[in-house]
Amino acid sequence: MFDSLKDKLQSVFSGLGKRGALSEADVDAALREVRLALLDADVALPVVKNFMASIREQAVGATVLKSVRPDQQVIKIVHDGLVAMLGGEAEELKVDVTPPAVILMAGLQGSGKTTTAGKLALHLQNKHRKKVMLASLDMTRPAAREQLRALGEQAAAGILPESDSETPLQLARRALKMAQLKAYDVLVLDTAGRLSIDDALMTELREIKKETNPHEVLLVADALTGQDAVNTAKAFHDQVGVTGIVMTRLDGDARGGAALSMRQVTGCPVKLVGVGEKLDALEGFDPKRLAGRILDMGDVVALVEKAAESIAEEEAMRMAERMAKGKFDMNDFLTQLRQLQKMGGLGGLLGMLPGIGKMQKQIAAAGIDDSMIKRQEAIILSMTRKERVSVGLLNASRRKRIAAGSGTSVQEVNRLVKQYQDMARMMKKMGSKAGAAGLKALMGGGNPLAAAGEGGADSAALPDMASLQQQLGSGSNPLAGLGRGGLPGLGGLPGGKVGGPLGGLPPGPRRGRKK
Amino acid sequence: MSWLKKLTSGLKKSSDAVTASLSGISGLFGKPKIDAGSIEELEEALITADLGVRAATDIADSLRSRKWSGPVDADQLRAALAESLTEILADAEAPLEISAARPHVILLAGVNGSGKTTTAGKLAARYAGQGKKVILAAADTFRAAAIEQLDRWGARSGVEVVAGERGGDAAALAYQALEKAQREQADILIIDTAGRLQNRAELMEELAKIIRVLGKLDAEAPHDRVLVLDGTVGQNALAQLRIFQEIAGVTGLIITKLDGSAKGGVVVALAREFGLPLHLVGVGEAAEDLQDFNARDYARALVGLDPA
Repeated sequence: MFDSLKDKLQSVFSGLGKRGALSEADVDAALREVRLALLDADVALPVVKNFMASIREQAVGATVLKSVRPDQQVIKIVHDGLVAMLGGEAEELKVDVTPPAVILMAGLQGSGKTTTAGKLALHLQNKHRKKVMLASLDMTRPAAREQLRALGEQAAAGILPESDSETPLQLARRALKMAQLKAYDVLVLDTAGRLSIDDALMTELREIKKETNPHEVLLVADALTGQDAVNTAKAFHDQVGVTGIVMTRLDGDARGGAALSMRQVTGCPVKLVGVGEKLDALEGFDPKRLAGRILDMGDVVALVEKAAESIAEEEAMRMAERMAKGKFDMNDFLTQLRQLQKMGGLGGLLGMLPGIGKMQKQIAAAGIDDSMIKRQEAIILSMTRKERVSVGLLNASRRKRIAAGSGTSVQEVNRLVKQYQDMARMMKKMGSKAGAAGLKALMGGGNPLAAAGEGGADSAALPDMASLQQQLGSGSNPLAGLGRGGLPGLGGLPGGKVGGPLGGLPPGPRRGRKK
Repeated sequence: MSWLKKLTSGLKKSSDAVTASLSGISGLFGKPKIDAGSIEELEEALITADLGVRAATDIADSLRSRKWSGPVDADQLRAALAESLTEILADAEAPLEISAARPHVILLAGVNGSGKTTTAGKLAARYAGQGKKVILAAADTFRAAAIEQLDRWGARSGVEVVAGERGGDAAALAYQALEKAQREQADILIIDTAGRLQNRAELMEELAKIIRVLGKLDAEAPHDRVLVLDGTVGQNALAQLRIFQEIAGVTGLIITKLDGSAKGGVVVALAREFGLPLHLVGVGEAAEDLQDFNARDYARALVGLDPA
């Protein structure tokens, strides 16, 4: 459909190859593309206009750094501008007050309030060590209260007993009283979804706020929202008063421009983001990551972070040492498989890469899913200890036995062995070189992005897909190794060939989109 | 109140909003004569109604290149704009038709929170009101209390709801429901499915599976595969439709929540790109607030003209 902003900016500046200051003409040409990218990302038009004006001022006359191309310089300026506009730093919920801290959830119908209330209970219990009570004031949507009760039970939070005869305001009073009596730290009030233009319901929300005096009024908003995000945010903020925003469905492939619009129009920070259907899929907000996403540079930062999170440091060290010695056996392969599963399986991993929609269909069509990883795991588990260490032992009859033992076929066993051999060869090659150091740098704490960017020609430390890929592809980390050898589980991908990092995935935002 | 009135009144209420939007168009139309600047304003108003940059630019360009006889006033421009929009949307105007198949199976799919369960309930009430024998299937086995929510809708309109356990197999439930509907010679089976984001391959595969197993009982089923869109959705609707169409062979659309300040203008972009029917629009919480889409009325409401 359309090229990524990066491609477009590259073409705007192509042939210029100039150094020195950015001219007005350069900047204007580039900013036209930036404007289009922002509007495509559903950033509201008035917000885009403001932003463009301030960016233009900064960009004209900005010196192009020596090792950076003009398009990269512009992206950098735009990216930093977005980050600043999104609030720069992440902000925490205000719950460390004299208990009970009251959190009021508000938002349009279907924005995800009830689910978020449930997630919030779990989040506050786990991360803030708070005793949480949930109360539904939603008397409108059928079964909204049942939904909150079910979520509350999952989160092991307290729940306000329901009653059909009370108004939302009466329920709120009773909830507050009960939270005080039973010494809850936090009371989360879920409300009915309402249109921002519904005066009666907005008045009710105002009354509930007055009655319960909440420490946080969270506006829950869908990341898929279009231009109307500014109207919604403004209406809720003007009529009720909001202290923070929760963006839901950021696990989708929407670019999430609504967050920028809402932040801008209310001045309230985005405090949390919903990133999945499970109860623990609620995260703190990272302005940098969202800025990268709005500019469509892929959520590579998130990918690297997630990898860093789930691959335990010691394990990484152990692997690094083994690789340095050129040792890589089936046990290590198994570890890799399991790490992949920890990273949310293929679905979770693929979902974070840009332009992946098409690939996912191919993958689904080829029957490659997480069950395939499980089957591969079963194959390895059906090997004897000796076999796992020296794969050379695997003759035809052993392979037959393994196939029978794991409930797979000999072909599948063969495919796995082939994948393992490719990978082991790669590991050996990189072993003596950057392997160990790179792995330690990447996995051993610190800023994983910075580590990945080190030694690259591109000194503008942007979450730049291309440069990251060069890094990933240059064999300085285990993901690259996975790529060359084929990511376990992706062996049967249609087209066969595994190319870029993460084997067989498209190299960037480009390929998933048609012109 | 007709859906159009609801839509227009919703739009009016939002007129003091920060965006120029439709009130922007109205303001523009207040000027005695139009110039290049006013067409640009109009282009921006279309963008803020979620038409997307491409659709908005093309429509504005067509107005620019049009040969106007003499000076153009606001009403003429407004009418011309409504005309262009009507033209784009004309093919999308197609009500949900119940085929001769018994049962006629309608599958509702979409991302989370788009209004599938509510729409399923409203559709059931609509057909039950016409004297049809309707069965609802609660194939959203994931969301907490989705089954209860559909149950309430069923009870309201006296429609039986086939439901299983939460966390159960959605495809199996859909299969049972179709078996039952065939056995009991129901006229219409409406299947509510779990919300799923289109980039979640494993969830999309679940949807494909539901359709596959229904095909075992009736090769044509589900006869209608409807994508339910939230009226506030932005440009991501294009990605939603593209992938849902690939996986589920979407046959038509329903757009909900148009009674708010959102205009659902992305349907114009969708009509340009996909040309699928837009069956119904949701403009309120009552069952009768799910109404047939009318291209001309919608286009005129969007630019602030009376339906006449």
